[in-house]
Amino acid sequence: MNKPATGSATPPPSRNIKAIVHQNLARRRAAERRFRGYGLVAITLGLAFVVLMFGNIISKGLPAFWQTYIQVPITFDSTVLDPQGARDPQALANADYATLVRAGMRQLFPHVEGRLPLRALGGLISSDAAYELQRRIQDQPELLGSTQEVWLLASAAVDTFFKGNIDRTLPEAERPIKDNQIEWLDKLKTSGKIEKQFNAVLFQSGDSREPEQAGIRGALMGSFFTLLVTFLLSFPIGVATAVYLEEFAPKNRWTDIIEVNINNLAAVPSIVFGLLGLAVFINFFGLPRSAPLVGGLVLSLMTLPVIIIAGRAALTSVPPSIREAALGMGASKLQMVGHHVLPLAMPGMLTGSIIGMARALGESAPLLMIGMVAFIVDVPKNFLDPATVLPVQIYLWSDLPERAFVERTSAAIMVLLAFMILMNGLAILLRKRFERRW
Amino acid sequence: MSTTVLETQTALDQALQASTAPRHKSSVEVTDYNNRQTVGKITVDNPKMVCRDVDVFYGAKQAIKKVGLDIGANEVIAFIGPSGCGKSTFLRCLNRMNDTIASCRVTGQIMLDNEDIYAKEIDVVQLRARVGMVFQKPNPFPKSIYENIAYGPRIHGMVNTKAELDELVHDSLERAGLIKEVEKRMQEPGTSLSGGQQQRLCIARAIAVNPEVILMDEPCSALDPIATAKIEELIDELRENYTIVIVTHSMQQAARVSQRTAYFHLGDLIEIGDTDQIFTNPRHKLTEDYITGRFG
Ligand SMILES: Nc1ncnc2c1ncn2[C@@H]1O[C@H](COP(=O)(O)OP(=O)(O)OP(=O)(O)O)[C@@H](O)[C@H]1O
Ligand SMILES: [Mg+2]
Repeated sequence: MNKPATGSATPPPSRNIKAIVHQNLARRRAAERRFRGYGLVAITLGLAFVVLMFGNIISKGLPAFWQTYIQVPITFDSTVLDPQGARDPQALANADYATLVRAGMRQLFPHVEGRLPLRALGGLISSDAAYELQRRIQDQPELLGSTQEVWLLASAAVDTFFKGNIDRTLPEAERPIKDNQIEWLDKLKTSGKIEKQFNAVLFQSGDSREPEQAGIRGALMGSFFTLLVTFLLSFPIGVATAVYLEEFAPKNRWTDIIEVNINNLAAVPSIVFGLLGLAVFINFFGLPRSAPLVGGLVLSLMTLPVIIIAGRAALTSVPPSIREAALGMGASKLQMVGHHVLPLAMPGMLTGSIIGMARALGESAPLLMIGMVAFIVDVPKNFLDPATVLPVQIYLWSDLPERAFVERTSAAIMVLLAFMILMNGLAILLRKRFERRW
Repeated sequence: MSTTVLETQTALDQALQASTAPRHKSSVEVTDYNNRQTVGKITVDNPKMVCRDVDVFYGAKQAIKKVGLDIGANEVIAFIGPSGCGKSTFLRCLNRMNDTIASCRVTGQIMLDNEDIYAKEIDVVQLRARVGMVFQKPNPFPKSIYENIAYGPRIHGMVNTKAELDELVHDSLERAGLIKEVEKRMQEPGTSLSGGQQQRLCIARAIAVNPEVILMDEPCSALDPIATAKIEELIDELRENYTIVIVTHSMQQAARVSQRTAYFHLGDLIEIGDTDQIFTNPRHKLTEDYITGRFG
C-alpha cells in the first residue's frame, strides 16, 4: 500500500494470481459441468422422442405386414363357371365366382341356415376372394371341375379380430364381429384352417375402400415416377447452374441477386411451389392433374435450390491448387472443370442431391395442390397416369377410422421411413467413400 | 538497424511518388524509371522473354510497378525479395495465370520469342503449354501418377497412340529423376507420394508437354534439405533444354541454381544482374540489406 506510484504497474505477487486462477477455475469447471448436463438432458430427450416415435409406429405398423387367410375348399364347378361348356375365356372371366366362395363356406359349416347367418358366414371372407378365384382360373384353366383347398383373404373385421384387436367380451352390438362369427372362427382356429400369412397384398395392390385389399403399390409407383422426374430435371439443371455460378459467372450485382434468390427459394414453404405448379403447369400449360409428371415438376422446383446450394458448396471445397494445376498445364476452363473440379465435387453434389430427393420423397403439401390426393385404385404405369405418392397415401389412410387402416398407415410410414433411411445411408456412404483425397 | 531500413524505404517511396518525369530508354548499366532506377543490366543477348513497363494492379492496388527485364534463353533466373514484394505476381504474369484473378489487371509488354503474350490473338491454353508452371505447394492431381503426367500431352493432343504416351510418361519421369521411385507404382495416386516426390512429379508433369519456359514459385519451400537438393540438381539439368524462372526465399538456393538474379522490393525491380555479382557485390543499398539478412 505504501509503495510508490510507479510500483502499481508491477504485477501482483504470484501467490495472488494463483489464488485468482484457482477461484476462476472452480467457476469454469462448474460452468462446463452445467453445460455438459444440459447437453446430456437435450440428447436424452431427443432420443426418447425418437424411440417413442419409432416404438409407436412399429408397434402399430408391424401387424399390417401379416394378414389373416382362411382355408376354404373350393369346387371350381363348371356348371356355375362355364354353363355352355365353351371354355370361352371371356365368359370364364365374367363368371360368378362369389357363388363358389359361398358354396365353399357352406361346405365348411354345413349346419348354417337362414339368410342372415349365411350372409354373416360369407362376411368372413373378403370380397377380393372372388377375384382371387378368377385369377386362378385365368392362370390355370385346367382347374375347372376340380376341388381345391384355397387360402382366401379374410375380411378386415376377421383380420382385426384374429389379431386380437377386438374385445370379445364387448356387447355384441358394439363389435363388428358377431357371436356366431366368433363361434365359426374359433372352430376354424382349432382345425387350423385360419392363419396369418405374409401380407403380399400390401405391396401388390393399389388403394382400396376395403382395408384388407388396400396396398401401397400405387403410391410407391407414384412416388417412383414423381421422384424420377424430379431427379432427371433437378440434378442436371442444378449441377449445371452450380458449375456456371461457381466457375464461370462473373461476380457482379446480377450474380449476387441470383444467389440471394436461390438461397431464398430454398426457404420458401413447399405449399407455395404447389400453388405455383397448379397455376403454371396445370392451368397454363394444361398438363393433366394428379400426374407424376406435374408432381415431379413441382418437386423439382423445390429441390433445385437445395441441389444448387449443395453443388456450390461441393465446388468451393475443391482446393484452388487443383484448379491452378490444371490451368497451369494449359487446360481450358471447361477442361479444368470437366476433368478435375467436377469429378472431385461430384460426391458432394450427389450427397446434396440425395438429401434433396429424400426431402422430396417425404413432401406432401405441394402435391395436394396439384391433385395428387385423389382416391386412385389403379397402379400408375407411366408419368401421366393419375397417381398419388407415399406421404399422401399415409395422409389419406390416417383419416380412416378402421383399425386395419390405422395399421396400414403405420406400415406405410415404416416403408417411407425405410426409403428415407436408405437414401440418407447412401448419402453417408458416398460421403465416406469419397472422403477428400487431396 | 530497423530504422535505417524504414528510412530508406520511405525515401524511395517518396521519390517514386514525387516525380512525373518521362522515363528514359533502358540503358546498359542502370535503367532509369521515373527517377527510380533498376540497378544493373536488364537486357541479355539472346532473350527468351522480354518484359517492359509491366504494371500489375489488384483492383486499385498496384502490386508491380513498371518492371522491365529480359529472361535469357536456357538460363535460370531467380527472383528474390521480401515477402509481399510481388515476385509471385510478376511470375504469374509470364504465363497469364493472373487472368484467373478477376480483380487483377496487367499492362505493359511481355514478349515470348518476340510475340506479345497479352495480344488478342494469343490463346492462353497454347501459351501455358509453352510456359509451364510449378507451384509452391506440390499440387498433383488426385489421380494416378501415370495420369498426372499423361494429362498435359493428352489435352494438347501431343500423342496419338498409347505406346507413345507410355514412352512420354516414362521419359518425363526419367528427366525429373523420379522414374526409379515410381516405376512400379504408376497406378497409385500421385498424392500418395512424399512431398518432395510430389514436387518432382509436378515438375515431370510440367516438362511432359515440353514447354520452352518453366516458372517455379518457391518450389522447395515445403521440402526438406535432401528433397531440395534433388530439385536443385534437377533444375541444373533442365537448364540445358529449358528456360527457368524461379522464385525463392533462400539466398543460398538462388546462388546455387541461378545465373542471374533479380531483386524485387515493394513492387519495384531494384536490382538485376549476374548472380555472382548480386551476392558478392550488390550495388543497391536495399539489395545489400536484404542479402546480408538485415532485411526481410
Ligand atoms: N489475389 C490477390 N488479390 C489482391 N491482392 C493480391 C493478390 N495476390 C497478391 N496480392 C498482393 O500483391 C502483393 C504481392 O503479392 P505476391 O504474392 O506477388 O508477393 P510475393 O513476393 O510472392 O510474396 P511471398 O514471398 O510471400 O510469396 C502483396 O501485397 C499481396 O497482398
Ligand atoms: Mg509468392
